[in-house]
Amino acid sequence: MTTVETATGAAKTMVLNMGPQHPSTHGVLRILLELDGEIVVKAVPDLGYLHTGIEKSCEDKTYSQAITLTDRMDYLNPLGNNLVYCLAVEKLLGLEVPKRAQYIRVMMVELQRISSHLVWLGTHAIDLGAMSVFLYCFREREEILKIFEMFAGQRMMTSYIRIGGLALDVPTGWRAAVERFLKMMPSRVDEYETLLTKNRIWMGRTQGIGYISAEDAIALSMTGPTLRAAGVAYDNRKYFPYSSYEEFDFVVPTRTESDCFARYMVRVAEMRESLKIIRQALDKITNEGPVMAEAPGVIPPQREKMKTEMEALIYHFKIFTEGFSPAPGEAFVTIESPRGELGCFIASDGSPKPLRAHFRGPSYINLQALPKLIEGQLISDVIACIGTIDIVLGEVDR
Amino acid sequence: MTETSSQNANVVAEQLRSWNAKAVEEIIEFRGETTIVVPRELLRATAERCREQKALQYNLLTDATCVDRYPHEPRFELNYHLVSIPRREKVRLKVRLSGSDPVVDSLVPVWPGANWLEREIFDLFGIRFNGHPDLRRILLPDDWEGHPLRRDYPVQGYRDVPNTGELFKKGATP
Repeated sequence: MTTVETATGAAKTMVLNMGPQHPSTHGVLRILLELDGEIVVKAVPDLGYLHTGIEKSCEDKTYSQAITLTDRMDYLNPLGNNLVYCLAVEKLLGLEVPKRAQYIRVMMVELQRISSHLVWLGTHAIDLGAMSVFLYCFREREEILKIFEMFAGQRMMTSYIRIGGLALDVPTGWRAAVERFLKMMPSRVDEYETLLTKNRIWMGRTQGIGYISAEDAIALSMTGPTLRAAGVAYDNRKYFPYSSYEEFDFVVPTRTESDCFARYMVRVAEMRESLKIIRQALDKITNEGPVMAEAPGVIPPQREKMKTEMEALIYHFKIFTEGFSPAPGEAFVTIESPRGELGCFIASDGSPKPLRAHFRGPSYINLQALPKLIEGQLISDVIACIGTIDIVLGEVDR
Repeated sequence: MTETSSQNANVVAEQLRSWNAKAVEEIIEFRGETTIVVPRELLRATAERCREQKALQYNLLTDATCVDRYPHEPRFELNYHLVSIPRREKVRLKVRLSGSDPVVDSLVPVWPGANWLEREIFDLFGIRFNGHPDLRRILLPDDWEGHPLRRDYPVQGYRDVPNTGELFKKGATP
């Protein structure tokens, strides 16, 4: 979108345009690379090809209508986006969500984390030339998407997490389906590791590539597996627990090498930890109980009540025509998305529509460090470095 | 939870006040979140203080964003969300800017990560940052007119029908 001036010295360097249509940029990212032979001298990312003005659109929707927009930002993590938005609105409202709904939320976002890491692993491996890993990863991701379809009726744009709780109660047979997945998955993660971890080509392409020090990573506001691979155990689930994460027992995997291989190891370990969390959530979720908070005027009444009680019918009508109005104020909530710290900032002026809704996309901010990772490296490592920070362009451009 | 955050508010306010009495204009507590309103001239110095001071250590700038309160003045509110990883605390620094002079010091010298965050605010709100190394539009094309996230910019935009050529422009005869 922008024309970038790169300083060229004495005809030694050339400028190579990479993207926006390039399979390894995971979307539409354009990077201008200034090359000296095979060495990248300077890299300038150019974004905005997927800018859809989601934040502006949110200002013109009521609080509940905006949920569907959040699905479409980070399309590999729609449940996480729903969650962060709903947590922010719930904070504005001062709303307490039933425990059962919180546990189901945890289970869903952890399944989402695994599915997102699977897409990352598959595409990262295919970028570096390992085709079969991609096929195996998508095979398991399919199982997770089937579970999502079972819960929400949608495989990807779920909008399952709503303000005050969940859209629907759990479906019949859900426990068996999640159990089946939990039983199958650990051996499948082993399988990916067999294919990659000790693979000499994989090690050669990732070890020592894309180094960034912990200080630089924090200064550049990097979060998520990229920061944890640099040895900083910063994870929102532990630091600022939300949705009852403090009741779950899991470790935050870290490495110290801070290269592409370390990030791969961190993400694989995270998948195993997520399985542990899902197992605990499964034990915590009771078969009966509410999945929606009780708040007349904010939470739509149950269908049964609507048919029998006058007030419930009035509330239903009012919520879906004019919406509800939180008290004036601001709320900022952060959660740990598969890519890092996902934040949602909402400012309310006391009207039924947000004055401002802003999303802190971890992809956007982590991408900022890309030039730092690739400058001075070989051009073939650019692909490994883009893959390793795990960007989703829908979230970068919003 | 509310108690610990107001304790944190006291720590931050105390530290900043003991350094410069004018640094804290106002402290806002809402839903357990602490907001420190800082005067525009002192923003960069305060941010530096927040990062360097041993008792504060806000080493991660997690987010920066703007709110447009048009037609009220001062119109713009810049919000910087800081996290202290060693202390496990969060705070929000807020600066109020008038619509006629939306200029503020850049925080890139303090946190390099502010670079793209400020570029985004410049792009979508038209706020200029003094001392920013690379203040260009980031999400929109260079030749875009206006700043879409301002409240006086219509949601539909200014064009009748985007990019369909002259034929579909309002008033064109078929």
